[in-house]
Amino acid sequence: MKKNSCFRIFCLLASFIFLLNFSGCGTGPSDSSTITIWHWMTDRDASFQALAKQYEEQTGIKVDFELYAPSDAYSQKVRAAAQGSTLPDIFGILGEKRDFASFIKAGHILDLSSYMNESQGAWKNRFFKKALAVNEFSEQNSYGVTPGIYGVPIDIMTIQMVYNKDLLKKLGANPNKPPVNFDDFISLGTKIKENNLQGLVSGWGELWMVDCLANNYAFNIMGKDKVIATIKGEVPYTDPDWVKVFTLFQQMRESGILAEGIVTMVNKTAEQLFATGKAVFAFNGSWCVNVYKGMNPKLNYGAMLPPRAAQNYPVSIWGGAGSSFMVNARSAKKDAAIKFLKWLTDKEQQVYLADHTFNLPANKDSIGRIPEVMAQFADDVELSTHPNTWGVSEFPAVIETLDRGLQSIIIGEKTPQQVAAETQKVKEREMAKRR
Amino acid sequence: MRLKDTLENYTFVLPAVLIFGIFYIIPFIWVFQLGLFEWDGIMPTKIFVGLENFKEIFSADPSWWQSMRNAGYITLIALTFQNALAFLLAWACDREIKLKNFYRAIFFIPPILSEIVVGMAWRFIINDVDGANIINRGLIGIGLPQLAHNWLSDPKSALTTVALVHSWKGFGWGFLIFLAGLQTIPRELYEAARVDGANAWQTFRKITIPLMIPVIVLVAILTILGSMQAFALIIGLVGGEFAGHTSVPVLRILASMRGSSRFGYACAQGITFGLILVIISFIQYRFSKKARQMT
Amino acid sequence: MKSAIYYKSKKITLNVIIHLFLLSVAVTCIYPLLWMVVSSLKTQETIFSDLSLIPRQFHFENYLLAWKEGGFGKNFLNSIFYTVSVVGGIVIVATMAAYAFARLRFPGRNVLFIMFMAAMMIPIPGSFVALYVLLNKLHLRNTPLGYILCMINVGLSTSIFLLKTFFDKMPKELEDAARIDGCSKLGIWWHVALPLAKPVLAVVVVFNALNVWNEYILALIIFDSRKFMPLQVALQTFQGEFVTNYPLLMAGLTITALPIIVVYLLMQKYIVKGVTAGAVVG
Repeated sequence: MKKNSCFRIFCLLASFIFLLNFSGCGTGPSDSSTITIWHWMTDRDASFQALAKQYEEQTGIKVDFELYAPSDAYSQKVRAAAQGSTLPDIFGILGEKRDFASFIKAGHILDLSSYMNESQGAWKNRFFKKALAVNEFSEQNSYGVTPGIYGVPIDIMTIQMVYNKDLLKKLGANPNKPPVNFDDFISLGTKIKENNLQGLVSGWGELWMVDCLANNYAFNIMGKDKVIATIKGEVPYTDPDWVKVFTLFQQMRESGILAEGIVTMVNKTAEQLFATGKAVFAFNGSWCVNVYKGMNPKLNYGAMLPPRAAQNYPVSIWGGAGSSFMVNARSAKKDAAIKFLKWLTDKEQQVYLADHTFNLPANKDSIGRIPEVMAQFADDVELSTHPNTWGVSEFPAVIETLDRGLQSIIIGEKTPQQVAAETQKVKEREMAKRR
Repeated sequence: MRLKDTLENYTFVLPAVLIFGIFYIIPFIWVFQLGLFEWDGIMPTKIFVGLENFKEIFSADPSWWQSMRNAGYITLIALTFQNALAFLLAWACDREIKLKNFYRAIFFIPPILSEIVVGMAWRFIINDVDGANIINRGLIGIGLPQLAHNWLSDPKSALTTVALVHSWKGFGWGFLIFLAGLQTIPRELYEAARVDGANAWQTFRKITIPLMIPVIVLVAILTILGSMQAFALIIGLVGGEFAGHTSVPVLRILASMRGSSRFGYACAQGITFGLILVIISFIQYRFSKKARQMT
Repeated sequence: MKSAIYYKSKKITLNVIIHLFLLSVAVTCIYPLLWMVVSSLKTQETIFSDLSLIPRQFHFENYLLAWKEGGFGKNFLNSIFYTVSVVGGIVIVATMAAYAFARLRFPGRNVLFIMFMAAMMIPIPGSFVALYVLLNKLHLRNTPLGYILCMINVGLSTSIFLLKTFFDKMPKELEDAARIDGCSKLGIWWHVALPLAKPVLAVVVVFNALNVWNEYILALIIFDSRKFMPLQVALQTFQGEFVTNYPLLMAGLTITALPIIVVYLLMQKYIVKGVTAGAVVG
């Protein structure tokens, strides 16, 4: 009997609280002078907050950084807010150039060209050219966007390879001379297996990192122009050069240079394996410096370019702006927002961010006292490229077919020729649809 | 009087219908409409394409149907293995045995744990590269080294392994509902059966099973829903779609929405998926009604 | 005499088999929990290098750090508030509806029930955007009420389905007796049906509590300010974009798992006591 009334009281209490809500509290509009910024960068949030405080002390203007993580949810939030026209003064966009273009065409993003170019381009010239390129829409871009600069880069990154010096020594190779040629690279496979180690680790369970390396080799084997011609539909994926790119993955598989289960690996697992000295090579972005530092401060490693597979063209790596901020074109506080972003990309603030978050600064004057490995990464920024700077985008369906095909090659299910044919088939289907 | 009666009855469902109407039906209509458009989720303009998206799903999207097959396979294992396990455990815990309170508390741990923990902990058991491959060591230990292999990165075993871990994570729910169901069977019935000289198996077959049929159907339908829509654990275990071997419909929908920015197509996929689930569930519901009438 | 020993030994063997079976399953259930707790006591450096189940050093400070860095204090209260409100709301709204579907007659009953069932099965992939726009129009975006109503809707269909299955099974005699005593329909629902449904109500409470407690995506999308965010949102920050702080993440996960375990243990009492032991008429 007593139990019963307990239960009843619980129900009553619950419904009371529930009803209480109806009288609930909404929020008034935020303070009219506050600049609101939405971002997803968990690792930079603390530094952003500290900088915002500094800015308020200096200027009296309050800046409110709101963090929404993980990035998938953030990305949905920004899209939802775009539909509700409730975007904040400053925000970042995650996604491909095509999505970026849609945001601009929908009128959500302010063209910053005039601000960038004023006083002989004082703001523009601060940045690495490559960092700006990601946010730039050139003349005659294929997206139908008015040419201009639409975002402010906060930091830069590159994606390349790292190698474990101690393990390389153990394999009998020179710890300071990682393999430069693809054949030398894969010939290490047998030795790695003999020593019970893993070769190359990377987050190839997520498609985009496989795609990235494939692109690097496509640039190396056929050059940028031919890659872009392929995207435009002028060169088929069944071209011998593309088959050659796909064959590299088959060779990697056969040589044993790839870690076991690389196709079911997320990047965080790959980082774990490299940091604990179980893998000799990793294909990873410049953010890894910070990750490895946390997991194993004594890790002795260096950065390297992917070993080249052909001599005709240089190896390109992906790189450019790591993250950027955009200004809301509909914001009432545009000028204040731009002023803040100028301050944030000033040398001092950029050094502060680099020191505290171990991301490469976008401001080129700030590269001075950073750790050696980070400097190695930074040096290669000039060699970098990124699909977002090419002015054309491949169809997502084609990219997906290609990447899944590469995964299939790596697990020995398909041949390079099959993957080339399948990719081309999807490409033709997509092209037919757009006409 | 009758009218007043009916109105009174309606007040019982009114709150549910109101909330449902506003927060489900309105978004649903919106999504349904979008299935007829080509839209990237951002632009203010949407292009009407009629049933093109649905046509593409049915005629030109083999990876979608592969993902449906995979989800079906996971569901099949969950329906048999997971529910049999849950039922047996609930039945055992319903008996007067020692430690039953301990067991009851323990069996609900898997559903509580986050997918991250489950993924990492199981990878530790079954994976070679970043784990301790306890399973493989065990297999070698009992003299079956030929069976030891990379369970998660072998395309032949990946989906089954995922399905088994999924079943393990989900059986707690079935256990809980079965237990609640078994509790509603009056003890007097068991007593009466014992007096009549029925043995445990006969009591189980003649009393427990028939009385539990509605609950079994309930659990089966919830299992179908849960298993068809599983995806977080798959990411935790194998990192994603694994060249299609572990792709499931929800991952395909997310890929259309985020990866390809085809919001309209994602909506069409979601609706197709939902309709298939509705059909399966109603067939099952009907089937169970017949079964109930027969017993 | 012989048969008594035979039955006794048979019973013991059966019990041993049952216990072996239960224990082996229990071990697999405890292991990940243990793994999580042990990992939460290691450091970022040792978590992947020291694979032993008992760490060499116990870093209890991880819990304090997780609590502080995650800003758990405020978020914790928010989560409790949302969970209690949503679960309370669902219990009332869903039991009323389920009771009506099981016991009362009115036109359109089956159509409505089928609609709820179908809703349970059709996932709406883009519903976040739709809900966002909708709440914005209703001026409920960035308010706890909007979030609570959405979450009630999320749990409604399944709860109604669960409850109706059990209401269908319940003996009608008690309700008839109450009706003869002059109880109104609402009175029967409250005094007779609800107490009878305790085991399944407990399942509904656990199911929805877990659901709300673990939800973060909808919260992230409809809340703009930190002060409304639930606990899970704070937890997400430990799995950084690049750096995941595993010990803190595990400590945070352990902290967030505790309240749910408490709810489950509290509710379990009702699940197993059920009809036979509980008092019926209040």
